Amino acid sequence: MKMELIQPFINAADAVLSQGLSTTTRVGNLSMEEEGYRRKGVAGMVALTGDIEGRIILDLEPQTAVRVASHYAGADLPESDALIKETIFELANQVVGNAVCALNDQGFHFRVHPPALVTAPEGDKSSEDVEALMICFETSLGNVFMNVALRHNKRRLADHVKMGR
Amino acid sequence: MEQFAAVKRSKDGQAVRYLIVDDSVFARKNLARMIESFGGQVAGEAGDGLTAISEFDRTHPDIVLMDITMPQMEGIEAAEKIVQAHPEARIVMVSSVGYQENIVAALQRGARHFVQKPVKPEVLYEVIKYVMGEDGLVAAAAGAGV
Repeated sequence: MKMELIQPFINAADAVLSQGLSTTTRVGNLSMEEEGYRRKGVAGMVALTGDIEGRIILDLEPQTAVRVASHYAGADLPESDALIKETIFELANQVVGNAVCALNDQGFHFRVHPPALVTAPEGDKSSEDVEALMICFETSLGNVFMNVALRHNKRRLADHVKMGR
Repeated sequence: MEQFAAVKRSKDGQAVRYLIVDDSVFARKNLARMIESFGGQVAGEAGDGLTAISEFDRTHPDIVLMDITMPQMEGIEAAEKIVQAHPEARIVMVSSVGYQENIVAALQRGARHFVQKPVKPEVLYEVIKYVMGEDGLVAAAAGAGV
């Protein structure tokens, strides 16, 4: 997966998390998930279709998710609160939205789909044209993991080449 | 959350009434808290474009804060339908997908402004004052007889 596709998502996550959590974030480990995605806790997925397609998952360990959601809510939330899931969904949405703005400036067009909860403990393995990258953001409330799996839509890419774009 | 000088309706000095449309409960709560810090009142909420249209007809808000990516009917289509039926409607799109095409499409279909998520309260406050125009006034100025 080309870094030029990933970088806007890293920048967006860094900006969204540092603004929302009122703290500095540090980009920690970045690794390929060759053995397939393993969910860590509360995970929200946003799918993309268009010139680039795939999905982004924002994944937080349960206690981190509670701390993050409580921070946004301005009150301590119990682990069972539905607002925790909603918070992770909205953060995923904001990260993807901000990243696709940057990619749109480079000429890529997308459709962003509403967030969905990831319930399966494991996901698909990386394949030849879809590699999954896991990026860890270290924050004062705990680690936030972002799993990115994207690929160029070959048919649309060919159309663009034909049109001289 | 920071408190702002209240924005009131100039015609009667009452709180500006808002309809919040977003499929995320989190986003709706967040916007509601900001609105309260602006001295506004939440007239209604909706989680999709279709419900937004019926809630607009029911509540007749002064301002609609409308997300774009939503199930059933997306925000830009809902904004267009509301403005077709109510040309005076003031709709502010609030979305994380703030690229040029979306902004242009929303403005062409009748939205008055666009605010990118994550929403900064000070940005939304300025947009609200701008969109209300002469129909809104800042409470401190009203108290001074301006």
